[in-house]
Amino acid sequence: MSLVQVTDLSVEFGDLRAVDGLSFSLAQGAAVALVGESGSGKSTVASALLGLHRGTGARVGGSIEVAGVDVQEASDDELRRLRGAKAAMVFQDPLSSLDPYYAIGDQIAEVYRVHTRVSRRAARARAVEVLDRVGIPDAQRRSRSRPHEFSGGMRQRALIAMALACEPDLLIADEPTTALDVTVQAQILDLLHTLREETGMGLLLVTHDVGVAAESVDDVLVMRHGRVVEHGAIADVLGAPVQPYTRELLAAVPRVDAPRAAAAAGSEAAPGSEASESVVLEATGLRREFGRGKRAFTAVDDVSLAIRRGETLGVVGESGSGKTTLGRMLVGLLEPTAGEVRYEGHARVGVRPAVQMVFQDPVSSLNPRRSVGESIADPLRARGERDEKQIRGRVTELLERVGLEGAHYDRYPHEFSGGQRQRVGIARALAADPRVIVCDEPVSALDVTTQAQVVALLGELQRELGLALVFIAHDLAVVRQVSDRVAVMRRGRIVESGPADEVYDNPRDPYTKQLLAAVPALDPQVAARRRAERRELAAA
Amino acid sequence: MSEALVAAETPGTGIEPVPGVSGARQFWRRLRAQRAALVAAAVVALLILVALGAPLLTAIEGQDPTTYHPSLIDSARGGVPIGSFGGIGGHHWLGVEPQTGRDLFARLVYGARVSLGVAFAATVIQLLVGVVMGIASALGSGWVDQLLSRITDIFVAMPLMIMALALLAIVPSSFPRPVLVTLVIGFIAWGNIAKIVRAQTLTLKGLDYVSAARLSGWGTWRIARRELLPGLAAPIITYAAILMPVNISIEAALSFLGVGVKPPTPSWGQMLTAADVWYQAAPQYLLLPAGSLFVTVLALTVLGDGVRTALDPRAASRLSIGTGRKREAKAAKGETEAGKSASAVGKAATEAGNGTTEAGKEGSA
Amino acid sequence: MSGFGGFVLRRAVGTVVTLLAISVIVYVVFYATPGNVAQITCGPRCSPEQVHQVAQQLRLDDPLYVRYWQFLVGLVAGQDYSTGTSVEHCSAPCLGLSYQSDQQVMSIILTKLPVSLSLVLGAMVLWLVLGVGTGVLSAWRRGRFTERLLTALTLAGWATPVFVIGLVLMIVVCGELQLLPFPQYVNFTDDPEQWAWNLLLPWLSLALIEAAAFARMTRASMLETLAEDHIRTFRAYGVAERTIVGRHALRGALAPVIALNANNVGSAIGGAVLTETLFGLPGIGQELVHAVDVVDLPVVVGMVLVIGFFVVLANALADVLYALADRRVVLT
Repeated sequence: MSLVQVTDLSVEFGDLRAVDGLSFSLAQGAAVALVGESGSGKSTVASALLGLHRGTGARVGGSIEVAGVDVQEASDDELRRLRGAKAAMVFQDPLSSLDPYYAIGDQIAEVYRVHTRVSRRAARARAVEVLDRVGIPDAQRRSRSRPHEFSGGMRQRALIAMALACEPDLLIADEPTTALDVTVQAQILDLLHTLREETGMGLLLVTHDVGVAAESVDDVLVMRHGRVVEHGAIADVLGAPVQPYTRELLAAVPRVDAPRAAAAAGSEAAPGSEASESVVLEATGLRREFGRGKRAFTAVDDVSLAIRRGETLGVVGESGSGKTTLGRMLVGLLEPTAGEVRYEGHARVGVRPAVQMVFQDPVSSLNPRRSVGESIADPLRARGERDEKQIRGRVTELLERVGLEGAHYDRYPHEFSGGQRQRVGIARALAADPRVIVCDEPVSALDVTTQAQVVALLGELQRELGLALVFIAHDLAVVRQVSDRVAVMRRGRIVESGPADEVYDNPRDPYTKQLLAAVPALDPQVAARRRAERRELAAA
Repeated sequence: MSEALVAAETPGTGIEPVPGVSGARQFWRRLRAQRAALVAAAVVALLILVALGAPLLTAIEGQDPTTYHPSLIDSARGGVPIGSFGGIGGHHWLGVEPQTGRDLFARLVYGARVSLGVAFAATVIQLLVGVVMGIASALGSGWVDQLLSRITDIFVAMPLMIMALALLAIVPSSFPRPVLVTLVIGFIAWGNIAKIVRAQTLTLKGLDYVSAARLSGWGTWRIARRELLPGLAAPIITYAAILMPVNISIEAALSFLGVGVKPPTPSWGQMLTAADVWYQAAPQYLLLPAGSLFVTVLALTVLGDGVRTALDPRAASRLSIGTGRKREAKAAKGETEAGKSASAVGKAATEAGNGTTEAGKEGSA
Repeated sequence: MSGFGGFVLRRAVGTVVTLLAISVIVYVVFYATPGNVAQITCGPRCSPEQVHQVAQQLRLDDPLYVRYWQFLVGLVAGQDYSTGTSVEHCSAPCLGLSYQSDQQVMSIILTKLPVSLSLVLGAMVLWLVLGVGTGVLSAWRRGRFTERLLTALTLAGWATPVFVIGLVLMIVVCGELQLLPFPQYVNFTDDPEQWAWNLLLPWLSLALIEAAAFARMTRASMLETLAEDHIRTFRAYGVAERTIVGRHALRGALAPVIALNANNVGSAIGGAVLTETLFGLPGIGQELVHAVDVVDLPVVVGMVLVIGFFVVLANALADVLYALADRRVVLT
């Protein structure tokens, strides 16, 4: 008997069909991934397995059987007994998924006591036990801490501990590592792997990241618009995709182990050694502190770098590495505490049109109350351009240049998708006729296919206009695909920098090595090898 | 769960944008969807009409609010109106006031003028002072912010009723009372709105589109006007809708205590001062002003809730009377992902799916 | 925890500064007004000589800052007042002497304070229980008849001014139904039972409107918390809805309710003035209305300051409680 049997599942919210005719099964102890971009309905499926749509107004059709319970027909009580005890769920954002007011140990004990009739004390002991099991050091003491006193990775471990408490047959993990740094992500995936080996529980992994799936599961379902596009063993689907969408998806995934696609052509076109003469933007000894007194901390510490005309400098680092602060200082939105930024050899204070920025969040980077045309026209008007016809003409030209239509001038940001909004952001940066554009995580909020399109657009513009780009990102693979040179940041400092291929292929700094080893591989076999390597690195 | 919402938007780029609705149109659409708010709006409109048309209405009745009618009251019985039901009749639609014999209908409709007028004007003053203080404090550097925030704190801590009571006592009685009440309410109770505006401005100031405007080369003043003020409209209107009914209650309370609007100018609160003595002989003398106050405050509150719901769908799920739309509530939920930014601008988040969690990761480091 | 101690200290200093600032504003506004204080105090029939005498007696000729300084000194160290024939010592904290009765303002306030505290604190218990209870119940029963009924009741309560509720209660309960006698204040120490019975209607009139505010706030805050991710976690782990609402949602919803309670102390005291006047309770509010009537400035100023003191104190306490309740709050 299989652990999960889903037949012809459909979920509708109002007149929107989020999941449509989905069937799959999961054998006892097996691992399946649902992979898809946003809007594919994958998380909706995960919720449906636990009957979480009950009472929300969603209409669920088809049949769902989990660990012998017919989720569609079960009474509320039966459903409650299933949830947590036989099938447990791990959510995406570990901070908001735990009650901020109670100690972690108490929350786990509470869940445990719902399903087992044991004393408070025994439940508390169980909580410490599972916390210890997921690798939380000093579990006894830490079990009394509240979620905000934990780091992101530790929180996710705690959430997994909660899932383990009742020894479920099935673990449903909904984007368990999306909110985490890559090194932490690797640790969590390794933990899930080990736990599965030890307990023999089944795993349903929901993720947008093909690499994460490759690391963790046997079978994969590729979903799109609520339907299954392709279904098969992970090695087959990733190695020899049959469906065009799967191929497109895989092609769009940036590879950390392959050299930059355009590099061969690019390096010849790009000025080589003589380019060192044409440094456009240069930072020396940049330092930035926040706060005062005891709470002061240094976000960026003694960073020096130079960006030459027409090249792309990738800045890569995990959260808290100071890369965003650095970017803001480069464009002049933040004043450095020490050091200086020189533009074409002249020291510079405040913002200047020639150095522009593309922001991360496509929701907040455009004023929702102004038409996109007006936003793009800002640099023109600020420059003193008064001729409406000329402004409109130039904006139309820019819109078309970034792959939108001139007619979009009068539309508002909410009418655009994330990728389109990011294009608008690029057009606005271009309107100032910049020499340098600092891109702060320009694609991290986008789906992978959209991501590839935006990255390609930036590359085109760079070649065409001879722009210098600073590409700030946490995603090592994306950075490799766009950068000529790379700087790796950690705790406010640059730990390693150099030509992209050199840094990626022969990392010298241990931190860089650690980062690279943590990137999920697309090939399950490579993933297994990497996992072994990581264990060694961790042991060393 | 937010995926349900994200699915509403077709993923990827290069797809025809959805034909959109502007913010104002969306607002009206959402407001119209709430029946309670519409009824309340109608009541408020009627009240405003009555207040504006008070001279006309009393002219039709043929009375005015200040003329004494000694012939209509029974001085032998302590001033009880002559006739059944407190003297209701063709000449005096709602009867007359005990002791003085002034026409109740006229006093009631002129009272609406005072109540609504004072509350409205006071609200405007509160908003002006609060918004200026809030924005100045949020945009001001270091010590300016410190100073203005301290001043705001002090005004927040001042008990309005007590201050008003005391202040109204020391101003010479020659000063027109309704104006005085307006000024006192307006210039004391602006602290909370200043706090809200400051917080909201700080949030907006941190948004990327404000940074983008700075990179465009605009100065602070232009950015405040073009990028910040429109974003403040929603919270300001929302708060104004809360302030109006509160101000009406306060004016009524002050007048009730005899320090607010004084006779012969009529005011609902003041009419209630002596009403308890006469409730048996002339129940409408108590019921009419009390009922008017009740209906006005209720209608304004319900309308205020409606406006708030229409402006900020996130609040919709919280305040609607049991009929919250699931989809909107869901939409609002996804929005929390995108952080304060999205809720601040009060629009449905469309990209709240898997990707945006990254937004929270680095923040502004 | 050291950070927390520092936070409390900063808050305390801030409270003192705020109180000082309020005292300056109140003092300046009241003693620098255009009206001739001596004339008003003496009465309309006084001759110019008499007025002058009163002015001298009240030290009205000294510059304002000198008088304020003396006021502060009196507050800390006490002060001697000459009342024409005799010298009266006003011990610290001295808020001055009443123009009307030559009594010490502080002692006037102290005699009236128990009445007002009985009223406000009793009503506060009532409105917290009623308001939070209603709010929780309507959040839990959302979408059902119970919720609609409670929402309607809450709105009705919210829309009825304190003195209207008070009037109606008094007329119906004491007048028509004669269930209770018209309230007459009895000291708690004299007869606790009578104390409670006599305060029942004032408590109710003051509490209903505040309870409505709390019910709205609690409901909104509960629904907001119920929509948060961690609630979903507990649902997904089979925790019963009752536990989720009563334990997790309520805990999260309480912080804003605490803040509201502090903010409402000011408006509640305003309501207490109305209630006391309406029911004839001899509390601070009634005394204040009287003092305002006869322009007894030292009493007015003293009472405004004492009430301000309570409001500021309540706000500071709430800040500390809020920080305790929600340690995630950034302590600044």
